[in-house]
Amino acid sequence: MGTFIQLVVDGLSTGSVYAAIALAIVLVHQATGLINFAQGGMAVLAAYFAWWLTNQGLPLIVAILLSIVFSFALGAVVERWLMRRFERGDPDTAVVATIGLLTLITGIAGWLWTYNNQQFPSLFPLDTVSFLGVSVSIRSIGTTAVIVVAMILLQALFVGTKLGLALRAVAINPQSAAFSGLPVGRLLMVGWGLAAVLGAVAGALVAPQLTLTPGMLDNALVYALAAVILGGLTSPVGVVVAAWIIGVLENLAAVYVPFIGYDLKVAVPFILLFVVLIVRPQGLFGRKTVVRV
Amino acid sequence: MTLLELEDVTASYGPVQVLEGVSLSVPEGGAFGILGANGAGKTTTLRAISATVRTGGRIVFDGKDIRGLRPDQVAALGIAHVPEGRGTFGDLTVRDNLRVGAYLRKDRKGVDQDIDYCLDLFPNLQERITSNASALSGGEQQMLAVGRAIMSKPRLMLLDEASLGLAPSTAKNVYDAIRRLRTESGIAMLVVEQNANLALNLVDGATVLETGRSVLTGTSAELKGMDEIRRAYLGG
Repeated sequence: MGTFIQLVVDGLSTGSVYAAIALAIVLVHQATGLINFAQGGMAVLAAYFAWWLTNQGLPLIVAILLSIVFSFALGAVVERWLMRRFERGDPDTAVVATIGLLTLITGIAGWLWTYNNQQFPSLFPLDTVSFLGVSVSIRSIGTTAVIVVAMILLQALFVGTKLGLALRAVAINPQSAAFSGLPVGRLLMVGWGLAAVLGAVAGALVAPQLTLTPGMLDNALVYALAAVILGGLTSPVGVVVAAWIIGVLENLAAVYVPFIGYDLKVAVPFILLFVVLIVRPQGLFGRKTVVRV
Repeated sequence: MTLLELEDVTASYGPVQVLEGVSLSVPEGGAFGILGANGAGKTTTLRAISATVRTGGRIVFDGKDIRGLRPDQVAALGIAHVPEGRGTFGDLTVRDNLRVGAYLRKDRKGVDQDIDYCLDLFPNLQERITSNASALSGGEQQMLAVGRAIMSKPRLMLLDEASLGLAPSTAKNVYDAIRRLRTESGIAMLVVEQNANLALNLVDGATVLETGRSVLTGTSAELKGMDEIRRAYLGG
């Protein structure tokens, strides 16, 4: 039983990292209708920035906060000077541009900081706490908690503020939004910035465990995409739940299904993904989009 | 005093020129109609003003040439475009749709008052205030679209085919409310409408477009029952 709970908590923790990246993808998709494959890459860049700052002698928490600010700017800049050029064109072209961006960022990170694994300090102590007689790692609890708080803040922004209302309006109908005087371009930059911030938080939390490399979040990105499909592109809550399911299942399957083990656990989300795509293509929580001809 | 003046305005979608030279003017507080058959360039004329199509010629609002501005900058000058197909925010509630309309305003009290005014003007919306716009009927969505435009406290409202797809009685209700809005608010209006009777009962004068050109301009009284109007609509 102790192992089971430990596995579930660890699963929730890795699932939270997938969730943050998945939410970032959903955020950008809702605002602009495209999938940003560079979301993980941008988060890695933020993590490197934080790591570099700690090497300059800054305390970890300050470095992470600064990297979050840096990410917001990075997201906004990518929207303004790269993605906007593809705004009116074929969405497929724009998606390919994000894949190009991912390659570019990975290359830049490798060039600046080499492809060697770098040690990233952990925000949480590596101890465990006893909870109902079961020992659970503080890092797992902390990671989950931080991401949950980030999501609550994001939800509050979208539902409770004028800026959030404007972001939602632009995502639903940019033309009508402009007719009401909303600065659509600037709001899209804010949307991309916020998505990048979520990615940066995820990157900083997962970097100590995975160690920092340019391709650190490539796997997480794939899992995040699985969560996006599983939860449904239109449902932020669904995506988070899906990411947790993936994180937990992956962990449980590795230990309890001998046939799968640690080597095949990578496949678990994808088996789930195929089933969902066949049975319920709009995702578990998503809505069917009606395409008007 | 003239609020909006179009001089020989041309517009094109890519290589296809849709407007060949449209001229018209709307006085402060006045209402002017654009009539014509499908494809004559009515909607494009409104798009030219709100900067969502590439244009030539002169578009002067309040003494200033507004060509080259972005759509949101045009809106910020006090021009509210109620687009064809209504363009409401489907996933937002009726109240939030209205609040988006008031995005540029800082006077909270005034915004609340104007929301009340919209609900008084369109009582149907009162009952649906917490519903998502996508759940509204076509007529209610049209009312909401006009309401959103009211919320920005515009000096000029561009109304595109407010009767499109509505039952005749619903269309009449919408136009009755718009007429009331005109007298109570003094907002100037430029009205595109395929139902000439509805339009001519609202506006003071109108121009008839044929293949992207103004072919006839006159007061509402002159235009009512004119042969050219019939010809423009029926192609006879």
